[in-house]
Amino acid sequence: MMNPNASRFPAWLGPVALLAVAYGVLPIVGSSYLFEAILTPFLALSLAAVGLNLLTGYAGQVSLGSAAFMAVGAFAAYNFNLRLPGLPLLMSLVLAGFVATALGVVFGLPSLRLRGFYLAVSTLAAQFFVQWALTKFSWFSNNNPSGVIDAPSLSIFGLSFDSSIGRYLFALTIVVVLAWLAQRLVNTQTGHNFIAVRDNELAAKVIGVPVLRTKLLAFAISSFVIGVAGALWAFAYLRTVEPAGFNLDRSFQVVFIIIIGGLASIRGAFFGAALLVVFPLILSRLGSFLLGDHFDSGVLDMTQHIVLGALIIFFLIAEPDGLVALWDRLKKRLLPIPNNP
Amino acid sequence: MLMPDFDFLFFAEVLVGGLLAGVMYSLVAIGFVLIYKTSHVLNFAQGSMVLLAALTFVSLLERGVPFWASLLLSLAVMVLLGLAVERTVLRPLVNKPPITLFMATLGLSYVIEGVAQLVWGTQVHGLDLGIDDKPFEVAGILISKFDLVAAGIAAAMVALLTGFFRYTRIGLAFRAAADDQLAAFAVGLRLPRIWAATWVAAGVVSLVAGLLWGARLGVQFSLSFVVLKALPVLVLGGFDSILGAIVGGLLIGAGEKLSEVYIGPFFGGGIESWFAYVIALMFLLVRPAGLFGRKLVEKA
Repeated sequence: MMNPNASRFPAWLGPVALLAVAYGVLPIVGSSYLFEAILTPFLALSLAAVGLNLLTGYAGQVSLGSAAFMAVGAFAAYNFNLRLPGLPLLMSLVLAGFVATALGVVFGLPSLRLRGFYLAVSTLAAQFFVQWALTKFSWFSNNNPSGVIDAPSLSIFGLSFDSSIGRYLFALTIVVVLAWLAQRLVNTQTGHNFIAVRDNELAAKVIGVPVLRTKLLAFAISSFVIGVAGALWAFAYLRTVEPAGFNLDRSFQVVFIIIIGGLASIRGAFFGAALLVVFPLILSRLGSFLLGDHFDSGVLDMTQHIVLGALIIFFLIAEPDGLVALWDRLKKRLLPIPNNP
Repeated sequence: MLMPDFDFLFFAEVLVGGLLAGVMYSLVAIGFVLIYKTSHVLNFAQGSMVLLAALTFVSLLERGVPFWASLLLSLAVMVLLGLAVERTVLRPLVNKPPITLFMATLGLSYVIEGVAQLVWGTQVHGLDLGIDDKPFEVAGILISKFDLVAAGIAAAMVALLTGFFRYTRIGLAFRAAADDQLAAFAVGLRLPRIWAATWVAAGVVSLVAGLLWGARLGVQFSLSFVVLKALPVLVLGGFDSILGAIVGGLLIGAGEKLSEVYIGPFFGGGIESWFAYVIALMFLLVRPAGLFGRKLVEKA
C-alpha cells in the first residue's frame, strides 16, 4: 500500500492512523450531513472503484458496465433479504456479491476473444441488459408498481445500524475489509497474473499464466466487489433500490474515479471517489455564492458535466497516474528521506 | 420460421424498415470510422458531436437565421471543434495508449454535451427538414419516404468520402496515416494536420447525422445516445472499415427490427436497447475480426 521507502515511519502507521480517524474521530465530530451526503456515498463509490480497478487497472480489461453489477448486487441483496427470512444481512450481502460474480463471468466471456475497445463496447451489453431486465420483470422489485423499493433496515446480530453514523460505520467496515482483501490479492500470484495479462498477453501465456482463467477470475472478483458496493450504495446511502440509479452515467462515474484516482492502485479508488463526491458539492456552493439566483439546477448540472469532462482530460494529460501519484510526490516532498535510496 | 400464417409481405416490410433504420446507424458509425482509421481513437464523443451540431443548427434556425446560413454556421462550429480537439486533446496525448485516448473522448463528450446545452438550453426542439414523411407503397410494401431520403444522403456521403479517399492528395495522406502512422510521419506527412482534418470531417458527418436523426427524434439531449446505437454496428463491421459500418448498420438495423417483431413479444418487448449488442457479440464469437476489420486491430 505505502511505498516503504517513502518515509521514516513504519508502513503500518498510515493505514492505522487513517482507521483510527475513520472509526474514532469522525463519529464524534461529524455531523449527520457529513455522513449521509459525503462519507457514505464516498465509501460505496470507493468500493465500486476498487472492484473496477482490479479489472481495469490491474487486469487491463476495460469495462463500461460497472453500474450493471452494482444494480445486480443491490437487487440481489434486496431479494435475498426479502425472500429468505431469517437470513442474516451480511449473508445476503455476500450472496448478492456471488450473484454479481456469476453475471460478471457471463459478461466476461467475450473477453476471451475480444480485447481493447471491442471488449469495452461489449461490456455495454451488460449495462443495457441488466437495466432492461430489472425494469421489465417486476419480480425483482417485488412487484412494486413504481419500481422504487425501500431498503431493509440494517442490523447485524440484533445491533441496529440505521442511524446516519450507524450506516456510515456499517459501510466503512465492509469497505475496509474488502479493500484490505483487494490489497492482499494484488500482491499474490493471482494479482501478478492480472498484471501480466494486462501488460502483454502473449508474454503472459509464454511464462505460463493461464490467460483465459485469469481474465475470468478478474471479472469474477471485480464483479463481486462491485456487487457488494452496489448493495451498500442502495442500502446504506440511498436506502431505496431502483434500477434508474444504476445507469450508464454511474458506470462512467466509476471509470472516471479510477482514472482520476489512479489506475492500478487500491488507494487511488479512494482518492478519486473523494474528489468525485466532494466536487459537485463544492461546485454548487461556489456557483450559488458567485452567481446567486442565476445558478439553477440545470446550469449546475451542465457546469458539472463540463468541469468533470475537462478534469478527466486534464488528468489524462497532466497526471496520467492520477491523484495517487500526486499524493506520493507531495508526501516525498514533505517527508524527505535522509539516507534511503 | 415458416409458420402457416407467416405473412411474407409483413416480413418484407419489417425487413425494409430495419434496413433503412440501419442506414441511420451507419451514418453515425461512419464518423467513428473516419477518426479511428487515421488516429486509432475510438471517439466516444461522436454522439455529443451529433447533438452539438443538430442543436446549433436548430437553435440558429429558431432565432430566425436562414436555412443555409444556419447550415454554414453549424458547419463552421463543427470545423472549429475539430481543430480545437486536435490542439487541446489529441496533441498532448500523442503516443499514449489507445485506451487513454478513448477515456479522453469520454471526458470530451461530457464537455461538449455540457457546453451545447449550456449555450442552447435543454428543451426539446422539433426539426423539419422539409422532407415529407409519408409512407408510400412499393410492391405492397410501405416505405417511409424520409428513410429513403436519409439512405440516399448516406449513400451520397459514402460515395463522396470514398472518392475523397481514393482520388485526392489529402485522401492519400489519410490512407497513408491509417496504414502506418510512423511511416507516414517519416515521409513527411504532418500527422497533426491529418488528425485535425479527420476530426473536421467527422464533425461534418455528425452534422449530417444530427440533422437526419434530429428530424426523426427531435433535437434533445437523448440525441447523443445515438452513439450507443452505433457502437454495436462498429463492433460488427470493424472499427476501421467504412464498408463495414454500412453493412454492419444494415445487419444491425434489420436484425433489431426483426427481433423486435418476432422475438420481442416472448420477452415482453423493449429489447432494442440491448439486442443489437447481442447480435454483434454472437457474430464476433464466430468471426472475431468482425466483417471487414483488419485482422490486426486489437483483438486477438
